[in-house]
Amino acid sequence: MANTYIQIGSTVTIGSGGSSTIDFTSIPNTYTDLILVMSGRLTTSGYDGTPWVVGAISLNGTVIASGKLLFGTGSASGSDNNAQAAFISDTDATANTFSSMSMYLPNYQSSNNKSISLDVVTENNGTASLLGLQAILSTVTSAITSITLTSNGSGAFAQYTTAALYGIKNS
Amino acid sequence: MTIPTAIEVNCATGEVTERPLTAEEIAQRDADAAAYEAQKAQEEAEAQAKATAKASARAKLAALGLTEDEIAAL
Repeated sequence: MANTYIQIGSTVTIGSGGSSTIDFTSIPNTYTDLILVMSGRLTTSGYDGTPWVVGAISLNGTVIASGKLLFGTGSASGSDNNAQAAFISDTDATANTFSSMSMYLPNYQSSNNKSISLDVVTENNGTASLLGLQAILSTVTSAITSITLTSNGSGAFAQYTTAALYGIKNS
Repeated sequence: MTIPTAIEVNCATGEVTERPLTAEEIAQRDADAAAYEAQKAQEEAEAQAKATAKASARAKLAALGLTEDEIAAL
C-alpha cells in the first residue's frame, strides 16, 4: 500500500458491554480522501428476521441524505433506496460471525455535497448471506470533521466489533 | 435498563473515550430507526397491494376467456 494510506486516530475495538455509537471526531484536513473499515456485529435482531440489519452513518452530525443499494443474498438479488446504510450481521446470523464493511469518502474537504461508496459482506453459516454495494449522498457541504456510525434501534455494536479510519493523499 | 454508550475517537489526539449517550442522542437514534421501519413497512404494503391488483386483473382476464398464454402475452 502506498505510504499515503495512513491510519487516523486509533482502531476502535468494542468491549464486553457493547456500544451504540462509534464516533471519529477532529478528523484532520491533511488528506484528500477517507476510508473507514469495520468488522461488525450487532447485539440485537433486525426487525425483518434476516441475518443483517442496517445502521446510520452521519457526517458532521448529519445523517446521510440518501443511498442506492444493490445487493445479492446468494439466492436473490435486488436493489433498495435507503437513507440508512452499512448492512451488518445481527443476532439472526450465525453466532460470532461478523460483517466486513468498507466506506470510501473522496474529497472530504469539498464545499459540495459528498458522495460515498460503500461495500459490505455479511458472514453467516446459513442459507442467507449478503453482499452489497451502496452509493450514498450526503448533503453536508462543509469539510468533514466527524464520522459517526450508529447501530440500529435498540441494538449496539457487539463486543469485538472493530472500526478504523484511514486518510489518503493524492500526492 | 442499560444506558447505551458511544465510543469516541479523537483523531487529533488518538484518545478513545466511552460515554453514555445523551437523551437527545437516544431519541434521535430511536426516531431514525422508527422512520426506517415505517419506510420499509410502507414499501412492503405498496408491493403487496400491487401484487394483489395484478392477481385480480389476471383473474378477471381469465374470467373473460383469455388463456394463461394470452394473459402473459399482454
